[in-house]
This record gives sequence, structure tokens and C-alpha cells, in this order.
Amino acid sequence: MKDLLTSLRDFFVSLKLTVALLVFGMILVFAGTLDQVNLGIWATQEKYFRSFIVYTRVGDFAVPVFPGGYLIGGLLLINLVAAHVYRFTFTWRKSGIQLAHAGLILLLIGELLSGLWQKDFAMRLTESESKNYAEAFRENELAIIDATDDKFDEVVAIPEPLLAKKSPIQHPKLPFRVVPKTYYPNSVLSARKADSPVAAEATAGFGERILAAPQPMTYKTDERNLPTAFVELAAPDKSLGTYLVSLHLVMPQEFEYGGRKWKLILRTARIYQPFSLTLLKFNHDRYAGTDIPKNFSSRLKLQTPDGRDDREVLIYMNNPLRYAGLTFYQSGYEGERTTILQVVHNPSWLVPYVACTLMTLGLAIQFGIHLLGFAGRRAPQAATATA
Amino acid sequence: MKNYFAPATILLALIAVAATLRPTRNTTAYDTTGFSRLPVLVNGRVKPLDTVARTSLLMLQGRQRVTTPDRRSIAPAEWLLDVMFVPAVADEYQHFEIVHPDVLALMNLTAADGAGGKRFSFHQLTKGLAELDRQAKLAYDTESAVRTPFQRATIQLRDGVILYQRLQNTLNAASSADFLDQLARFDKTLATGLAATKAHGGTNPGASPEARLLLELSASFGTLDSVAYFRAVPPPNGADTHAWQTAGTAWSASLNSGKIAPAALAYANLGRAWQLHQPEAFNKTVADFRASLESTMAGALRRCDVEGRFNSAQPFYTSTLLYVAAFLLAVASWLKWPGELGRAAFWLVGIAFLLETTGIGARMWLESRPPVTNLYSSALFVGWGAVALCLVLEYVYKNAIGSVAAGLIGFATLVIAHHLALGGDTMEMMRAVLDSNFWLATHVVTVTVGYSATFLAGFLALIYVLRGTLTRSLSQPTADALAKMIYGIVCFATLFSFVGTVLGGIWADQSWGRFWGWDPKENGALLIVIWNAVILHARWGGLIKQRGLAVLSIFGNIVTAWSWFGVNMLGVGLHSYGFMDAAFWWLVLFVASQLAVIAIAALPTEKWRSFRATAA
Repeated sequence: MKDLLTSLRDFFVSLKLTVALLVFGMILVFAGTLDQVNLGIWATQEKYFRSFIVYTRVGDFAVPVFPGGYLIGGLLLINLVAAHVYRFTFTWRKSGIQLAHAGLILLLIGELLSGLWQKDFAMRLTESESKNYAEAFRENELAIIDATDDKFDEVVAIPEPLLAKKSPIQHPKLPFRVVPKTYYPNSVLSARKADSPVAAEATAGFGERILAAPQPMTYKTDERNLPTAFVELAAPDKSLGTYLVSLHLVMPQEFEYGGRKWKLILRTARIYQPFSLTLLKFNHDRYAGTDIPKNFSSRLKLQTPDGRDDREVLIYMNNPLRYAGLTFYQSGYEGERTTILQVVHNPSWLVPYVACTLMTLGLAIQFGIHLLGFAGRRAPQAATATA
Repeated sequence: MKNYFAPATILLALIAVAATLRPTRNTTAYDTTGFSRLPVLVNGRVKPLDTVARTSLLMLQGRQRVTTPDRRSIAPAEWLLDVMFVPAVADEYQHFEIVHPDVLALMNLTAADGAGGKRFSFHQLTKGLAELDRQAKLAYDTESAVRTPFQRATIQLRDGVILYQRLQNTLNAASSADFLDQLARFDKTLATGLAATKAHGGTNPGASPEARLLLELSASFGTLDSVAYFRAVPPPNGADTHAWQTAGTAWSASLNSGKIAPAALAYANLGRAWQLHQPEAFNKTVADFRASLESTMAGALRRCDVEGRFNSAQPFYTSTLLYVAAFLLAVASWLKWPGELGRAAFWLVGIAFLLETTGIGARMWLESRPPVTNLYSSALFVGWGAVALCLVLEYVYKNAIGSVAAGLIGFATLVIAHHLALGGDTMEMMRAVLDSNFWLATHVVTVTVGYSATFLAGFLALIYVLRGTLTRSLSQPTADALAKMIYGIVCFATLFSFVGTVLGGIWADQSWGRFWGWDPKENGALLIVIWNAVILHARWGGLIKQRGLAVLSIFGNIVTAWSWFGVNMLGVGLHSYGFMDAAFWWLVLFVASQLAVIAIAALPTEKWRSFRATAA
């Protein structure tokens, strides 16, 4: 038993393990780079780097082929921490190495945290338009809106994965249950003629005149999946009908129940902010006589409902706005008057900065000591050589 | 004789360098040098006509030298003058390079028809132009990543033909023989023509011959404006680059204002003087035009002068030759006269390095940018950084190893740079995300130094393996010294590639909102960092000794080459602005060569000639 523990300890603190893990890491990174040609960047991240095992599909089976980023990174973390705990003795000669490795531990943790916590959204604004929310890139939600009061809406948002699960959803704010029936992660719609032999799955709303068909999922960075779902709204006393909801439909469907006015729409998931941004002016500068973009910039008005903040801000390339835990980047444009901002929520964004400072400092100290030692050894040699 | 060898070599090299740096003189009665320094605006940058001529030639035929059909060699500026103003002559110049056999067949040509078996004149192409157009359109419909070599070659040739025709129609309407004559008399035509048009109240504008001519010219001006390759008419107040106009716009504007832009007229007069062989008129126009620009854009003129000098001095070409010479001398020093040949090689590297530094410095000043802005300048800088490290190594060790590595890397990177320059002007404007001197100066420079150092470690390792296996010259002390050098450089490479990658992460966090996104270019940099870490840890863990260190360092060459060029060939990701496709096979060849040396290194050490010798 003691031997087993000792050999386990020796395994986890060994430099051989470090080298092996680093080589595994390289192979993973290399494969994960090449596969981006097929999968696009998002799917590659999930498959290779944010996973424990990389699977490949052989027919209908997922066959594990390689350790994933979490596994390699996790083992490296254990290896690092174990080796440090086991060998740690403070000497100036080793201070650089220790600092660098402490930084590396922090960097790995930071990458894990941002993998878990970071969320990306987009905010599209045309000049003079105002918004207090940003939209997700890939996630969608079914919004059921109580629009009885025309001053404000009460929104219940059901995330797309719950629709995919197809289990009935009961929400305390809704006087009816939502029963997902069919769900296509990517789809096309076509018009259904009145005399069509195919029965409509929907029994209420726009859906009676529409046919939906599933489509293969896309992973390209410049395309997005457009899901469609059929959901039945079931009140305690009766069914309110089955509705077709789809990202293809931009208008909400309306109905009344229990004396209240409701709206139903499948839309990109939103994150609401405790402030609003109004686009005052979007600028797209090009170099003279060319189409080469020189700069994009958005001048915005930032306002909070309590009136504490009411000021103009300027976002341009390499100069984001950080406000209320969110960061707004100039990411694109449409035409000459519409800006697209990327909105990032990442509570751990400072971790890599700290980690990298530690590591850089550590490496500089370590190699500085080497260099001084080298120069120190050569000086007497040179002296004897000339003597 | 032995004692004089090093000083004599150094003196010779200095004289050769000085010869390239002397001011350019006109070889004919025309002040073509003065003409070549005139500023114009192309792709957002104010540059001298000399650069326009040279980069156009590089794009058309891959070299700057032009030979006329009667075998005279002419300066790029003279070539440009002929292209712009004497189409009949320029159409006979063989400056379109075609090497793809199917494209030759398409154009009904054989290699024997061309100068040097591959260069053809516009005249030779005219019959096939319609078919070329059709083929190029077919090729354009194919996604650029999956185009066949034939499709790429058709597109390249068609782009060349378009460039040539745009140059011809920038200042002159190439199809009209008396266009420049008409421009010379334009002030009179304008006055009478406008008066005639006004007299008819605009109802019958073709009533007088002058008014008719104005109408015709106005159409030509429109064409000139839409196809112009560069903007020749500077803004009246100098500074604002957006106010540069094409000659066509300037002439069109005169139809409304009744005033002729002096720059447009100056170019028309230059063209006429060149057509009619009047050197005095040509030289006077150049001088007067320059003098008129002096008050509004003195700064731009200085820059154009320096750029012209820089172009004609070709410092990187001279450096290439010096690196080759240094390499040969340094290798020879291992066989004979180690002290003298070694010293000569060291100094040649030093001179080449200084020249390269001057060249890079000149580019930085001209662009107002840090040294690395695109793939081309990264090739220059990778070489520069590695050579700088080699000079330090050679200064410390004095065993010619640093000079051999410097000669090899200096030469190789400059050859790579030369081939990267064939795409056009290497001083491009920076796209929006990259338009940040701070990050270019910190992240890009550091990462590039990391590339330099990783390559240098790899090349030192190549020397270790090849000298050890193929020659008897790798004595134990030399082997130890080499191993120490490799180790030191790997440490240096780790530090710089790590810091560079981290700075890149910070830049990405500042501009895209994520520190790390697993983008191909980021992964490439990460691979270099990890590989260097592997080498260091394997050594610290006692897993490898000298030979293992050498083998791993050679593999570092593959990793670095892949990160530098391979990821650009994938064509995905935010970073893939440096896309290129032709170099793929070179990369494969390089990787294969490195693997071959690794295989050689795998021979047991007792079989290595050097170690067998010491054992015996």
C-alpha cells in the first residue's frame, strides 16, 4: 500500500509526466487547429479544448480517441501543484521558476473559469436607436410576454435546451403550461396552401399556414442555426392550441387568455442590462482611395434609469467600454449607419493578466540568473585564456 | 597574405556597399530620377512613382529589371513612362510572366515565344484576351482556397493585364493618339467651348467643334477617373490624403470651374515631352512641378526622395549576397585558417546586419510604424533578430558557428522576404484592428523575436548534427559549446515567445473581448511556447542530453515554420489576414528536410564521424 502511494506520488510529481502532458497538449492544439477548417471555431473549442475526452464518430458510435483539454490541463495542474508541494524549498536561485509556475497554475485556473463563466453577446444598433439588452450569438429562448400593460412587459423566457427536452414546463408567472411537442435545431419553413394534403401540426397562430422541415445543423462561423418548435399551451381547463414558433418568424404571435394579452416568440436569448445605450453616430473610416478599413467607431449615449449616469462614450477598435461588469467591443457594422458591438460578460477577466505578469517576471528572473551565472563563469575563463 | 585576408575582405565589402548607396544618376538626357520621385497616392499611401513602377513590375514579372526588344536595359521609371505615354512601344515590352503550360496554351503561346522562355508582351497576349477573361471569370467563381494552380495562374495573368491597362489609362487615354495634344491646348478649348455651350443655352451642345471636343473629352475623363491606378493630383493644401484626385477627376472638375489643375497639366506636358522626345521640356516640367509642390508638401517630397534612394540601393539584396559570402567563409574557416576566415566572416555578417538594420529603419521611418507590420516585414525581422543573436554568440565564442548560422538564416529569410514581395507594395496600410502602433511594437515584435530565437536554436542544432555526422570537425569542446549555445537560445526563445504570446492575449482581450480564443494564429504561437517548454523540461528532467537537445531543437524549426506560414494557409480565423497559397510546397519541403536531418541524428553517436574519430 505504501509502495503504491509512493509510486503514485512519484508519478504525479515527475518531470516525465510534465513532458508527456506538454506533448499531448501540443498534439491536441495542433489537431484542434486543423479541424477548424471543418468544424469552425466554436465547435472545435467544445470538442477539443472544453472537454475531457475527444470523441470521433465512427458510424453511429462516438469513439474516444484522445484526452481533451480539461483532462490534459487538469492533469498538468495536478502535476504542477504536486511537484511544487513536494519539492518546494525557497531559494533565490529557484524563485524565478517558482514564480513562473505559480503564474501558470493561475493561468490554467483562469482559462477554466472563463470557459465556465464567460458569455458573449452581440448588440446591434442603428443610429438613434436605443437598447437595454444584448443578444446571444447562438442561444435562443422562447419568450412569453404578458403585454396587458402597455407601459411595460412581463417576460418569461424559456431557454432553447428546455424546448429540446420536450418535457412540459410550468412557470409560476404563467397561468398555463408550455408543452413542447416537436423541436428542430435547424429548419426551413415553407408556405402551406389551404388545400395541402399535409396536415398542419399547429392549430393556432401563423403556424396553420406554414410547413416546417428539419435541416442539418451548421457549424460555420458566418451561419447560424434557425430552430423551429411546436409548443402547445395548455390551460387547466382547455388547450389554447399548438403554436409554431421559429427564429424565421420575426413577429410575435398574439392571443388572449384569462383577460390578459399575451405574446409568443422564439428569439435569440437576451441579457438585459441595468442601463441603456443609444447610438449617436457610427463612423467607418477608410484609407484614401481604397476600401481598406482604417477604423470603426461608435459614439453612444449611456444612461441609467436612476439618472446617475448620463454621458457620451466612444467605442472603437482596440478601445472597449467596460461598464457594470460588461465589456463592449466594436466588432462589426452593417451598412453605414448600423454598428455591431460585442458584449462580453467575464468576471474572471483579470486572472490571465495577473497570471501572465507572474510568469513573465518569473521567466525573466530565471533566465537573468542563468545569464549572469554564464557571464560570471566565462569571465575567469577569458582571463586565464589571455594570461 | 594570410594576415591581410580579413581586412581586404572587409574593405571590399564596404566598397561594394558604398557603391550601392551612392545617389542615382540619370542615364539618359531625361531627368527620369526627378520624375520617379514625384509623389502619388496608391492604396491609401503617398509614394513615389518609382515605387509604383517597381511594384508593378514585380507583380507582372517577378523582377524589377526590364529589357527592351532591342536588348537595352531600362530603369523602372523609364518603363513606367513608356507604359503610360507610349502604348505602341510598351505593348512590345515582354513583361508578362507566364509559366503555367496550360495558360500558355490558352494564350496560343509557347515558351519559345517569350523572353527567357517565360516573359511575353501585351501585343503577344492581345489575341487571347477574350478567352483569358472568360477563364478568369470561371476561376473567380471558385472559392479562393480550392482554386487549381491553372485557375490561380489565369487570375494572376488577368490581374496583371488589368494592372497594365489601368497604368496606361491613369494619365493618358491610351486608345486616343492625340489625347495629350488635346490636353495641351485644353485651356483654349475650354474657354471657347464653354462660351459656345453657354451661347446655345445648353440646348445644342454639339454646335461648335470646341464644344463637341469638350463633350468627347469629358467622356474620356470619366473613363480615366474610373480606371486610374493611382491618384496623381495632390491636394492644394498638402496634408489631407483624402483630397488627392485622379487626373480624370481633376480634368472633369475643370469643365465646371473653368480652371485647370496645375498637376494634371504638368503630367500631360510630361507625357507629351516624353512622346515627342523633348528632354529639355521634360526636365523643365519636372523641375517646375516639384518646385510647386515644395510649398505645400515638402514632407511628402522628402519621404519620396528617401524611398526612391532606398528602392535603388536595394539594401536587402546586398545583404543577401553578403550573408552568402559570410556563410561560405565561416564554413571554410572550420577547414583552414580558422582565425582569419572566421574574423572575415564575422565582419561580413556585421556589415550585412548593419545594412539590413538601415533598410528596416528606413522602412520604419517611411511608414511611421514598428518594424513588423505584415508577413513580408516579419520575414525581414525574423532574420534580423536571429542574426543579432548570432553576432552575440560569435562575439562570445569565436568559433564561426554564429557566423554560419547568421549567414544561413540571414540569407534564407531575405529570400523568403523577396518572394513575399512579389504580391505588390510591401508597405501597406494597416487594417482597422491592426492599426495600433503600441501593440504592433510590443506583441508583434516580441513574438517575432521568439520566432527568430527558436529558428536560431534549430539551425544551431542542424550544425551540430550535420557537422557531427558528416565531418570529423566537431570536437568535444566544440560540441559542448554548441550544446550550451542551443540551450541558451532555447531559454531566450521561451522567454520571448511566451511574453509575446501573452501580450497577444492581452491585445485580443482589448480588441475582441477574450484573452484566448483558440484561433489558429494563437495556437501557432502557443505551440512554439509549449515546444520550448518541452525541450527545457526534458533537459532538466535528464530525459535528453546533447543529441536529444539537438533533435528537439530541429523539430522546433518545424513547429515555428508551421506557426509562421502553415496557419496562414488554413484560411480560417480572425488572424488570417496574411493568407497565401503558393508557399505550401516549400513548407512541405522544409519540413521534410528537417525530418531527414532528425533521421540522420537518430544514428547512434558512435557512428557519427566526429565521435568515431575521437573514440578511435
